[in-house]
Amino acid sequence: MTIRELLDLFRQLYEVIIQALLPVKDLLKLTAEGFLETLYMTIVSTAAAYIIGMPVGLILTVTDKDGIKPTPLVNGIIGFIVNVLRSVPFIILLIAVMPITRAIVGTTIGSSATVVPLVIAAAPYIARMVESSVKEVDRGVIEASLSMGASPFQVVYKVLLPEARPSLLLGAAITTTTILSYSAMAGVVGGGGLGDIAIRYGHHRGQTDIMMIMIVLLVAIVQVLQAAGNWIARRNDKRIR
Amino acid sequence: MQEDYIIQIKDLHKTFHTNNGSIVVLDNINISIKRGEIFGIIGLSGAGKSTLVRCMNLLEKPTSGSVIVDGHDLTSLSESELRLARQSIGMIFQGYNLLMQRTALDNVCFPLEIAGISKMTARMKARQLLETVGLSDKAKAYPAQLSGGQKQRVAIARALATNPKVLLCDEITSALDPTTTQSILALLKDLNQKLGVTIVVITHEMKVIEQICNRVAIIDKSHIEEVGTVDEVFRRPKTAAARKLLYERSEHIEKFTGNGRLLRLVFDGSSTDRPIIAEMVLKCGALVNIAFADTKNIHGKIYGQMLLQLPEDPIAVNRILAYLDAENITYQEETDHDN
Repeated sequence: MTIRELLDLFRQLYEVIIQALLPVKDLLKLTAEGFLETLYMTIVSTAAAYIIGMPVGLILTVTDKDGIKPTPLVNGIIGFIVNVLRSVPFIILLIAVMPITRAIVGTTIGSSATVVPLVIAAAPYIARMVESSVKEVDRGVIEASLSMGASPFQVVYKVLLPEARPSLLLGAAITTTTILSYSAMAGVVGGGGLGDIAIRYGHHRGQTDIMMIMIVLLVAIVQVLQAAGNWIARRNDKRIR
Repeated sequence: MQEDYIIQIKDLHKTFHTNNGSIVVLDNINISIKRGEIFGIIGLSGAGKSTLVRCMNLLEKPTSGSVIVDGHDLTSLSESELRLARQSIGMIFQGYNLLMQRTALDNVCFPLEIAGISKMTARMKARQLLETVGLSDKAKAYPAQLSGGQKQRVAIARALATNPKVLLCDEITSALDPTTTQSILALLKDLNQKLGVTIVVITHEMKVIEQICNRVAIIDKSHIEEVGTVDEVFRRPKTAAARKLLYERSEHIEKFTGNGRLLRLVFDGSSTDRPIIAEMVLKCGALVNIAFADTKNIHGKIYGQMLLQLPEDPIAVNRILAYLDAENITYQEETDHDN
């Protein structure tokens, strides 16, 4: 066998592999797009939901009957709204808020359109997460800062938030993974992302293998997010060691 | 001349409203605390002493009555005026209540930040204070890395950061071991002398009062039962509540003693470090049984109490009483307690 024949053999082998890999290339492209869309929806929704949910959670804590400024009326009204939004299943909320979505984004289809219901669903969830994290702060520490003449505002941003930081970070990891799984439902309204692909190929076309790949990817993202969240929360906690 | 009082509590009442009705926690409290003294408030748990100290900076709002600190009636101040007033009333707690996510140094800076003092100035002041409490090497440590005594020292430094005129101490040694308690109390006494800061100590431990307080108030069942110098109150308690508190620990021992008469001797520091009981036995030629003793030697003076079982012979008893009278030792005969 000459060197030329050997090279020819390699060339033929290469052709065969390329032919075999072509659908994989498409699949890779599809997956990459879905991955980026999922990431986009998750990150934008989480950020926007925190901007709304965090202050609401703090207000709920401060106005609580055991809080630093008990205000039953404010606490009652906000608590009620939060509970109502929390009790609507996301899949229904997704459809119910379509007029709002159209008013804000201009369309009800696509990743950006999915951000609106995601924020509406996640903000009250975050409010409750923040509330429960901040309520873990030792009552005595709050009392001590009040005894030094701290104002309610100073107590919130100098005591409650820094002292609850590890718990808030853990909560953020949990919230992000929850929003990620919500975003998978966006496929129902053509929202894009890995969940959308799973439903379109797996359910509508019966390509279970593609669905399985998407599920594995979603699981992997959740694992990485949660592990990262735990690690950051731990590193930020000065109560350990 | 009128006394210079830094804290005056007048006709203070505090009622808590719960689902099971109202509970009177403080009833008609009147206390005046002199500038520069260490004032103790002692009582059993549930007596209302913690609520009382929280009324002194209005962490607890009195139901009625007034709390005058350094000339200002706290109950009549607006919220922002009260916050300002609180900066000159430091407070330390049993549970330290340090910020767990801040270093020792940043904990001491905290009240200065609240008072709006620049970071540079605050850090300098905080370093000084940590040195004062003997913790300059722990400036960068987090509370979780410190022992109980060290945490309490940080808390003391923090409470002193804004140069308060009053330091309120709520059971601050109750979670500490005896040696650490001694060193914390010594630190407080030292700060009182050096800075002239008035200290109010809330405790259920007699030892704390004995060791650092000038005057003491006894609180029992929401009432102030007795106020006076530590010597006065501990030597000759006037009220049943005070006696119960002071003799609390010996109560169960009395039940085991036999038929002989019991005599309780109270040492108030006026008798010096002499073998008084041995002398008494030798001089009177009478044997006594020591049923209970809790005395300690502070600066060469004896404090505490002792329970003697007297001999049956009445003549010997008289000799003993005469000896005690001559030695100027306070005693009282124990009769059967009803309680």
